[in-house]
Amino acid sequence: MPKITYVDADGTEHPVDAKTGVSLMETAIANNIDGIEAECGGSCMCATCHCFIEGDWSAKLPAMESEEDEMLGFAAEERRDSSRLSCQIKVTDDMEGMVVHLPAEQN
Amino acid sequence: MTDPVVIVGGGQAGVQLCLSLRKSKFDGPIVMYSAEADAPYHRPPLSKSFLLDKIGEDKLPMRPESFYPAKSVALHLNQAVTSIDLDARQVLSGNDRQPYSWLLMATGAAPRQLPVDGAELSGVHCLRSLDDSRAIKARLNEVDSLVVIGAGFIGLEVAAAARSLGKNVTVFDTADRVMARAVAPAISQWYQDMHLQSGVSLRLGEAISSIGGNNGQVTHVNCADGEVLDAQMVVVGIGVIPDAGLAEAAGLHCDNGVVVDEFCRTSDPFVFAAGDCANHPNPFAAVDRLRLESIQNATDQARVAAANIAALASGGAAESSSLTSYKAVPWFWSDQGEHSLQMAGLSFDADEYVMRGESTANSFSMYHYRSGKLLAVDSVNMPRDHMLARKLIEAGVSPGAEQAGDSAFDLKALLPSKA
Repeated sequence: MPKITYVDADGTEHPVDAKTGVSLMETAIANNIDGIEAECGGSCMCATCHCFIEGDWSAKLPAMESEEDEMLGFAAEERRDSSRLSCQIKVTDDMEGMVVHLPAEQN
Repeated sequence: MTDPVVIVGGGQAGVQLCLSLRKSKFDGPIVMYSAEADAPYHRPPLSKSFLLDKIGEDKLPMRPESFYPAKSVALHLNQAVTSIDLDARQVLSGNDRQPYSWLLMATGAAPRQLPVDGAELSGVHCLRSLDDSRAIKARLNEVDSLVVIGAGFIGLEVAAAARSLGKNVTVFDTADRVMARAVAPAISQWYQDMHLQSGVSLRLGEAISSIGGNNGQVTHVNCADGEVLDAQMVVVGIGVIPDAGLAEAAGLHCDNGVVVDEFCRTSDPFVFAAGDCANHPNPFAAVDRLRLESIQNATDQARVAAANIAALASGGAAESSSLTSYKAVPWFWSDQGEHSLQMAGLSFDADEYVMRGESTANSFSMYHYRSGKLLAVDSVNMPRDHMLARKLIEAGVSPGAEQAGDSAFDLKALLPSKA
């Protein structure tokens, strides 16, 4: 149960106990974090679960598949180097303490 | 205290209305009625990953149970609304009367029934609800052969899922190609080849005349040409009928669904409608109004309804000119087997099709044009083309046929630069 903190665009922090094996998107939804919309339910169709994972944390993430890469180019908030789709990342034990920043707009 | 916003129907549009109302800082009470026992859930997996046990029921709810109290939404499951009193602004559920300030009709649609003898036999299924999917999943485990009636998205998704479980699958459709109403002919052809290759039997341009059984259980279908085909299960996917009975009985203007204006407002100013049940004007359609059956339409119409309810509730929108209108580009998707089909725009009466990529490479798109204007793009395993198509259509940009057909040409360069 790694602790992961989601941070809204306005700086509000939401620390949650994440379950390993569940996606970062599902973890946000399960904890009623509104900054993730996930309109398509995790099918990698909508780019409304966009998040930013900075610095060393990004090394703990699975490599990006081309589908995610392409969808990110069309996210509502402009893509950054740290951009990921949270539906494509499963929580692992080594994410203890990870910080996930959320964009102001998903749609 | 103001009366709540009441939502009739526990689906995609209803949940989105809650989300969007709260996001817009609307803080009045919200009450949601659903006739189903299950809290609002994702429907797309019901015809694919859920059937294949790739995801369990725990993954289906759209939001956790805690969402509803957290958002001050009173969710009434297993509670159908029985009538609506527009004059009193109340919905009735049995003997309960619930007043509303604004009402959202999000009643969705019901599967069209197959009008043949034997359609009532056990083992004949349609697929709309979680209960339908549970029943199909349970039955699939016990049968060798199934027949699918209707080569639309749902029928083909179920066919592909069943085939991957090793079942004998035969799909019937009276049209001469699959997904005939939805995609370009070249896309139909590619999917026909794909399904045939995986071992699905396609009977296009053919109908069944009846379903036969024994002891109330399906055993076979009788084809229109007299052939008898063994099947212990039949899945019917021949479209849906909007669920507008309640709205019609209440006196709302209905015609192929609940008629709404561009603000998602019905003929009663205090009642909105969104999703599959809403017959609406759409700037991307060649017809005056239509219904769309998609996540995108349900979600985006609910956003529009929420914006307008929130504006009206705050007293800030006495004039129609300050209301939000629905003008989102329609998009759809269908996962069949391992392949992703994504569609953007509405293709009506296209007079020209342009292919981008090679259909033999299993990832390509078809651009639909009418009089040189880009109407729609169907993409097979090409998410980039799809996302770009949504932007192009939204911006009203029509790439020339040569540009669309040239994979080396960067279509993104045609988009107006972001301000």
